[in-house]
Amino acid sequence: MERRPLLGDEAVALGAIHAGLSGAYSYPGTPATEIFEFVHAQVHKGPPATEGGVHARWSANEKVAFEEALGMSYAGRRALVSFKHVGLNVAADPFMNSSVSGITGGLVVASADDPGMHSSQNEQDSRYYAHFALIPAFEPCTGQEAYDMTREAFDVSERFGVPVMLRLVTRLAHSRSGVELSAPRAVNPLAPTKNPTAWTLLPSNARKGYALLTSKQAEILKWSESSRFNQLKLNPKGGRIGVIASGIGFNYFLENYHNGAEIPSYVKVGAYPIPRALVEKLIDAVDEVILLEDGYPFIEGMLSGLLGSPRGKKIHGRLDGTVPRTGELNPDIVRAALGMPAIERQTPPDVPVPNRPPRLCDGCPHIDSYTILRMVMDVFPQTRVFSDIGCYTLGAYPPYEAAHSCIDMGASISMAMGAAQAGMRPVVATIGDSTFMHSGMTPLAGAVDQNLPMTVVILDNATTAMTGGQDTMATGSRLLNVVKGLGVNPEHIHVLEAHRKHHEANLEIIKREVAYEGLSVIIPTRECVVTAKK
Amino acid sequence: METNIILAGVGGQGIVSISFVIDMAAIWQGLQFKQAEVHGMSQRGGAVSSHLRISDSTVHSDLVPKGAAQIVLSVEPVESLRYVDYLSPTGTLVAGTDPFVNIPDYPEVDKILDGIATLPSHTLVAADRLARQAGSGRAQNMVLLGAASPYLGLKIELLERGIREAFAAKGEKIQKTNIDAFHSGIAAGEAYRACLKAGMASRQARALVGRIVGGKLAPEAVPMWKDLFAQPVGAGILEVLTSQTAGKIQGSVEIPAAIAAADAGAREQLPALLFKA
Repeated sequence: MERRPLLGDEAVALGAIHAGLSGAYSYPGTPATEIFEFVHAQVHKGPPATEGGVHARWSANEKVAFEEALGMSYAGRRALVSFKHVGLNVAADPFMNSSVSGITGGLVVASADDPGMHSSQNEQDSRYYAHFALIPAFEPCTGQEAYDMTREAFDVSERFGVPVMLRLVTRLAHSRSGVELSAPRAVNPLAPTKNPTAWTLLPSNARKGYALLTSKQAEILKWSESSRFNQLKLNPKGGRIGVIASGIGFNYFLENYHNGAEIPSYVKVGAYPIPRALVEKLIDAVDEVILLEDGYPFIEGMLSGLLGSPRGKKIHGRLDGTVPRTGELNPDIVRAALGMPAIERQTPPDVPVPNRPPRLCDGCPHIDSYTILRMVMDVFPQTRVFSDIGCYTLGAYPPYEAAHSCIDMGASISMAMGAAQAGMRPVVATIGDSTFMHSGMTPLAGAVDQNLPMTVVILDNATTAMTGGQDTMATGSRLLNVVKGLGVNPEHIHVLEAHRKHHEANLEIIKREVAYEGLSVIIPTRECVVTAKK
Repeated sequence: METNIILAGVGGQGIVSISFVIDMAAIWQGLQFKQAEVHGMSQRGGAVSSHLRISDSTVHSDLVPKGAAQIVLSVEPVESLRYVDYLSPTGTLVAGTDPFVNIPDYPEVDKILDGIATLPSHTLVAADRLARQAGSGRAQNMVLLGAASPYLGLKIELLERGIREAFAAKGEKIQKTNIDAFHSGIAAGEAYRACLKAGMASRQARALVGRIVGGKLAPEAVPMWKDLFAQPVGAGILEVLTSQTAGKIQGSVEIPAAIAAADAGAREQLPALLFKA
């Protein structure tokens, strides 16, 4: 069959399409963005889902994406939801409940973790979520596995009647390699569930659903233990040390033996629940086990649990310091964990190499907004600016230093509310147009209700810039109508053009509204310079 | 056969295009590859790197282990220095000499380049000048790909095909600019290494080769230039080349021959002799 160079993300997308996908749902977020983008690029010229094609439109947020996918599954068709790891937090409510309700058409959740926090606020490990929801999960180590596992995930989902997770990490999501493709299969016909009761999680139904879910666990474990993606290889000569490597950790493990050195006994984990039978056989065959997991010590924690040494065997990994407790794995860290000496290398010349952090682009509209905010802060020295997730978070760096918080999508407005309630003055929140539509509308409705003394600055650059310029739900006049519709007093809503030439006038308006003892909304508007060039 | 490459630069300098071309050439040559790209936040004018591995057998790790890279290929000089510890003792560093200054504490460029010149194997090319000569400053990345091409283990015609494919959507003119930039990189890389081999100092070699038309320096001209730089007039030549921003030098033997024939003390004549069309 055809061999194509694909990113890990693209392999997931194509695997889903070839598995008979009818709907792709997502909100942009690194490192998952390219999954949806690739599906969209492949299908947007094709027929709609109603005629055998694939629906592919960005959703307002991850919760909405997940629920749209649930509706597609309810109708009997296959759906893929993809987002970055923290997106699963947003979607956690439908996610957790969907394993209790069960699904109809195959539902696969691709959650892309970011060990090392290349572009994220934390490095949470999605495998805990799969464990939490009692559903199977796959963890690919190559683009080929990403493709094959995604295809298989739909089968597993339909076989057990639960959503299935595909757990990715940044390094695989953005690793390009040759992938062999197999023949696509047809989509599911429209065949809505015959059992709407299961989908109606009234307590009486939910108890039955949860009992059914728990009753499937033994069978799901059996499936995992016999999955081709889990492998036990015992070194016939024995050996003291064994290795358990999951996902991309397996690549770094093999890398250190590719010069022909003898490979110790190992278990490769690519499918969850953790294949207990394989792990048991390994533990019985060796004295010590080294865990190689890119992410949290998930398997390690399960193994060593509260009391340490299962069957008297030593467990090494992130918890005992054999592998660093935090951060992304790489072949060098794994090499050290395996007790091998470092590879000989060149020494950098004795020249200072300064850091080069990301920054706002030249001509970026946020620069004008932040320049003004900086001036406002000089007038009101106590000002705290609650910020949010997007390019504008870079305003935390010099020379602006005009962002004093960044927690999660939408938190700028809700945190500003709490700070205003506590008595902080003046309080300013900055949030982008896309983030506002994702999670900013609901807190703003609350701020209106309480008429809290705070200023919300919605930086409207007409795009989701940080992730590469995806469309926003509402920008320009639509965005303004949303703000008005939420009940903000029109006298305290100002749309400004974020440009140097309006600097003085803009500064006056913002100064006045920041001083106002009530809710105001400022919308500086100018298109992102990167998307404007496209 | 296994070639491990670290590609480096600043977000927006075309690292992705370099890796695309190498990936495609590797596929056409029937090789396995893995390439770890950088997406997301750091692309906003920050330091970016990409790990690229080509092999005739299975590639395991998506990342190059430290000490296992044969090549560090960087569009920007400071960025190249971040990855020296990835180089094997026999590895080589290929970098552009043009700084991308978007940070307040950017070091003095000559200090960086002199630091690079202390490495056991390296190539420096004035990618910006050569790219502009080829038609666009944006083609710096292809100049560097050319300069690094002898170390890649890939056929030149496949790399060319990869370049054409990478810029297929942009039309024939842009394709040609990038192919020309690639070839001037090949020439300038060869010329720079030939100058060092002949015994010239890196400062002399990079100042000279950076001005040579299309990077093409005739092999017979190399020892002549080397001799000129060893004489008193050499200091004058270096001063003209580093202080005067405009001017191209023909790569043939006539220019060094004319300078050698002229009165060695005639410093004022040097610009006219050097930049003679």
